[in-house]
Amino acid sequence: MSAPTGITWATLTKDVRLEWRSKDAINSMLFFALLVVVVFSFSFDPEAEESRQIAGGLVWVAFLFAAVVALNQTWARELRNQVLDAYRVSPAPANSLFVAKALGNFIFVSVLEALMTPLFIVFYKLRVLGPAWQLIPVAILGTWAIVVNGTFFAAMSLRTRSREIMLPLLLFPITIPALLSMVEATTTILVGDPSTSAKFWIVLLATYDVVFTTGCLALFGTVLHAE
Amino acid sequence: MKKAFPILGLLTAALLSYALYQALVVAPTEQTMGDVQRIFYYHVPSAWTAFLLFFINFLASIQYLVRRDQKTDTIANWVVIALGVLVCIAPYAFRTLLPAGVYPSSVVTTGIAFVGLYFLIKRLFSEQQTDMLALTTAEVGVVFCTVVLVTGPLWARPVWGIWWTWDVRLTSTLVLWLIYVSYLVLRRFSSSGQTPVLAAALAVFGALDVPLVYFSIWFFRTQHPQPVVGGGGSIDPRMLRVLLINWVAFLCFAFLVCWSRYRLERTKREVEETQALEALLEPRSALR
Repeated sequence: MSAPTGITWATLTKDVRLEWRSKDAINSMLFFALLVVVVFSFSFDPEAEESRQIAGGLVWVAFLFAAVVALNQTWARELRNQVLDAYRVSPAPANSLFVAKALGNFIFVSVLEALMTPLFIVFYKLRVLGPAWQLIPVAILGTWAIVVNGTFFAAMSLRTRSREIMLPLLLFPITIPALLSMVEATTTILVGDPSTSAKFWIVLLATYDVVFTTGCLALFGTVLHAE
Repeated sequence: MKKAFPILGLLTAALLSYALYQALVVAPTEQTMGDVQRIFYYHVPSAWTAFLLFFINFLASIQYLVRRDQKTDTIANWVVIALGVLVCIAPYAFRTLLPAGVYPSSVVTTGIAFVGLYFLIKRLFSEQQTDMLALTTAEVGVVFCTVVLVTGPLWARPVWGIWWTWDVRLTSTLVLWLIYVSYLVLRRFSSSGQTPVLAAALAVFGALDVPLVYFSIWFFRTQHPQPVVGGGGSIDPRMLRVLLINWVAFLCFAFLVCWSRYRLERTKREVEETQALEALLEPRSALR
């Protein structure tokens, strides 16, 4: 195992182990997503047939809000005992740390999605009328889009005053095309109208992922060492 | 330099008044929309100016990031030149793929402007100054973008019968505005030493986002009138003349505002530096 992947693996397993023992992020995310689901149900009639049209948006907005809760905690953990400063002066490549953090967040948000989706199906009586398998690439690409940018912007907002509020302010405008793609793809698949296809949105989402993963990897070192 | 500023100010005032006269009196009245259409002479130049300013912000941010490292600087130069050449060749090579109404020459102009502006900024501004330039253009760009977003609904209400619609141009301009407002918020909230780097990184992300925003919303829905200049629509040559006069006036105005904001920022930083230096030299003065 080469050194950068070794560092990534070590950081990733450390984060997952910490999360497994404390369950801080996952518990707060789950409860937050649950609250969003319940609050949304008061703003319209969840039993109505039209609700199917907005269900895709609902699911992803709930996941996005919940993901912000976890993303905010990503780097805060490393501030205690100056772990991040230690990392900064060590010769370890910055991108290994970034990839580890992004993968860790990806795992946490995926677990949240796996746990919340059945609840959504029960509460909003969702049925997939289109090709259900397409939901898998949408979920993977969409989660990665939120997580890769979120991890980057969380590192950025770490250096600001009132950092908890900075993350959504930076993340939401940039994520709009990804969010639109996820929502449209999910709605298309749920509604199952044979005249439309989710393919365009999946391709756009993949493009977004490639562009911003490259951007994050290119700029993370600069942001981490910004002084 | 000190004298040039008031001269430019007077020139801008004269030009703006002339453009106003042209737009309100000289320009012919539009057949179907009537006088409401005259807001077009403010809406479109503001939009072009805002986009130009955001474009300069993007270039200045790239410069700020790459100049910190000699190697990336050299690579960036070649990437910019390669991109410029590609943009000049591609529209002629893939003429059939261009959307209807977009001329290859207008794409080439954009490519040349991109490369030209990049190296112009590189020549004229030092590393610290590129950051000041980025800040200035973002602030003034947000103001012009706000003008676009306000004049648009004013026109849309009588013509379309609605204030706002989630059309591609409206939505992507709004998203652009949101991105740059978040840029300004970041600048406001980050601690001073790291602000330039973080802001530059965000500016690059925002610029990467723009084409994706445009394509996603373009696929989503479209209602805005097709562009009448450089696009498929047609425009009365007299109207085009007035539009261009207005654009020149707006560009002068934007340049004037940017310049004074730039000078203000430079003075502010000089004062901060001097105060920091004084505090170091004379420890007691810091306690006052």
